[in-house]
Amino acid sequence: MDTGLFLEKLILVVILFAISLGVAMYSTYLERKVAAWFQDRVGPDRAGPWGLLQPLADGGKMFFKEDFTPVNADKWLFIIAPGIAMFVALITSAVIPWGPNIFLFGRDIQLQVAHVDIGILFIMGFVSIGVYGIMIGGWASNNKFSLFGAIRASSQMISYELAMGIAVITIVLLTGSLDLGEIVKAQHGINWFVFKQPVAFIIFFVCALAECNRAPFDLAECESELIGGYHTEYGSMKLGFFLFAEYTNMFISSAVIAVLFFGGYNFPGMDAFTGNWLALMCVGVFFAKIVFFIFVFMWIRWTIPRFRFDQLMHLGWKRMIPIALINLLITAVVIAFMEGWFN
Amino acid sequence: MQSLTNRSKMVSNKKMSFVEKLYLPAIFGGMLITFKHLFKKHNTLKYPEQTKKFAPVYRGQHVLKRDEEGRENCTACGLCAVACPAEAITMVAGERKKGEESLYREEKYAETYEINMLRCIFCGLCEEACPKEAIFLTDRLVPSQFERNEFIMGKDRLVEDVNNRIDITARQLTGKRGEI
Ligand code: SF4
Ligand code: SF4
Repeated sequence: MDTGLFLEKLILVVILFAISLGVAMYSTYLERKVAAWFQDRVGPDRAGPWGLLQPLADGGKMFFKEDFTPVNADKWLFIIAPGIAMFVALITSAVIPWGPNIFLFGRDIQLQVAHVDIGILFIMGFVSIGVYGIMIGGWASNNKFSLFGAIRASSQMISYELAMGIAVITIVLLTGSLDLGEIVKAQHGINWFVFKQPVAFIIFFVCALAECNRAPFDLAECESELIGGYHTEYGSMKLGFFLFAEYTNMFISSAVIAVLFFGGYNFPGMDAFTGNWLALMCVGVFFAKIVFFIFVFMWIRWTIPRFRFDQLMHLGWKRMIPIALINLLITAVVIAFMEGWFN
Repeated sequence: MQSLTNRSKMVSNKKMSFVEKLYLPAIFGGMLITFKHLFKKHNTLKYPEQTKKFAPVYRGQHVLKRDEEGRENCTACGLCAVACPAEAITMVAGERKKGEESLYREEKYAETYEINMLRCIFCGLCEEACPKEAIFLTDRLVPSQFERNEFIMGKDRLVEDVNNRIDITARQLTGKRGEI
């Protein structure tokens, strides 16, 4: 194998890993700050300037907590569950195209760890594996609240994945490709899919909220009824892993939303630049979009109250899926019409 | 049924209209409201650095006053203990000996005087009952302690220091006693 390619991918993986963790870390900080601002408070401001070292302090605290395992818990599953959650959360970032190619040391470097032809399927697949972390965690804890949380999480994810998948199919219809790189390239400039497919965007966004177990769909861990749900029995860094996985998921979801509907790294007026500068700016723009969507996730969380579980199922099966299907049908007919099938 | 106030409202169970069923307008409305709060001034007081000013009539930890010559005002009459609804005050009276005139103003004085700060409800009735203007509530907070009996404050902590008088002018009732 080409050592250069190997090195380049290795470096990219390490950078991506660090960025994912860093973003997840600072999402916790941002979440508290945003919550505070929305509630006319100040938020964490003691650790370092503006409280910027708060995530480090939290992490340190997590490490020094007692690593507790309930007596009747299934030890092995109990330990593996946070690992699965974390693994799945991190692995999806591999197929996301972070920017156009960069030229360094005489090499044409692709800013995508794995160029998979079926990138979007890969992401959908791994996201649905993500439910295993929660399921196993809730089951292994041997606690009824955890089990409730786990069951809710799995039924919710399965219900919303359907609508999400249909929304994705509409995008795939538009581009004719499952490759995330192709999908991004098809949205050159300001030619973003959100303008062509606003309904699909809303459906995808709502489902992304549900997939990440974020409010108003955080029924898997609603504190008021399930005392934390699937991670009730977890403590120390195992709990930390679950929370980290949640924030990493949010990061990846924001990235996927940006890729599918907001042009990924494309921005209006990008034709005026070329080469590495373009690539750098693209990466910057992409991250700006991601941060914006993370903010929107939080914005929604601190605005809307939680759904009741029957309402959640009702919304998922009776509203989202039919709307997504009709949207898909209309898109398909329009595309067929434009391609001249009816002539 | 006749309502007691004019604030009561009939519960409405009307069906949601189509637009309401979409949830989205309501959600965007809510998000607009929260967004406006981003730019509002916060009300947080950064506590250890900033503290809130107490109202002049704040009722905090008691002080047993001395007069201008530094003699204790209290004459152990026990009226404060009688007035106290929480029964927080106990005292033992003693007779002033010769040579102690510079210590106690009256011939009878309190040998021990204790207020149990855990019982006290800071109502200020002791202050009102006192005929000698000896006990006052101040704007000081009762410090937190690790032991319960630390909260039973004796004279060592209640009587003010001669050189370090405690300002109670805001609550000073001198000359106004008769009016109350
Ligand atoms: S403030 Fe009220 S409760 Fe406290 S000692 Fe005085 S009379 Fe008793
Ligand atoms: S503080 Fe006042 S009311 Fe209480 S015993 Fe002393 S003189 Fe009497």
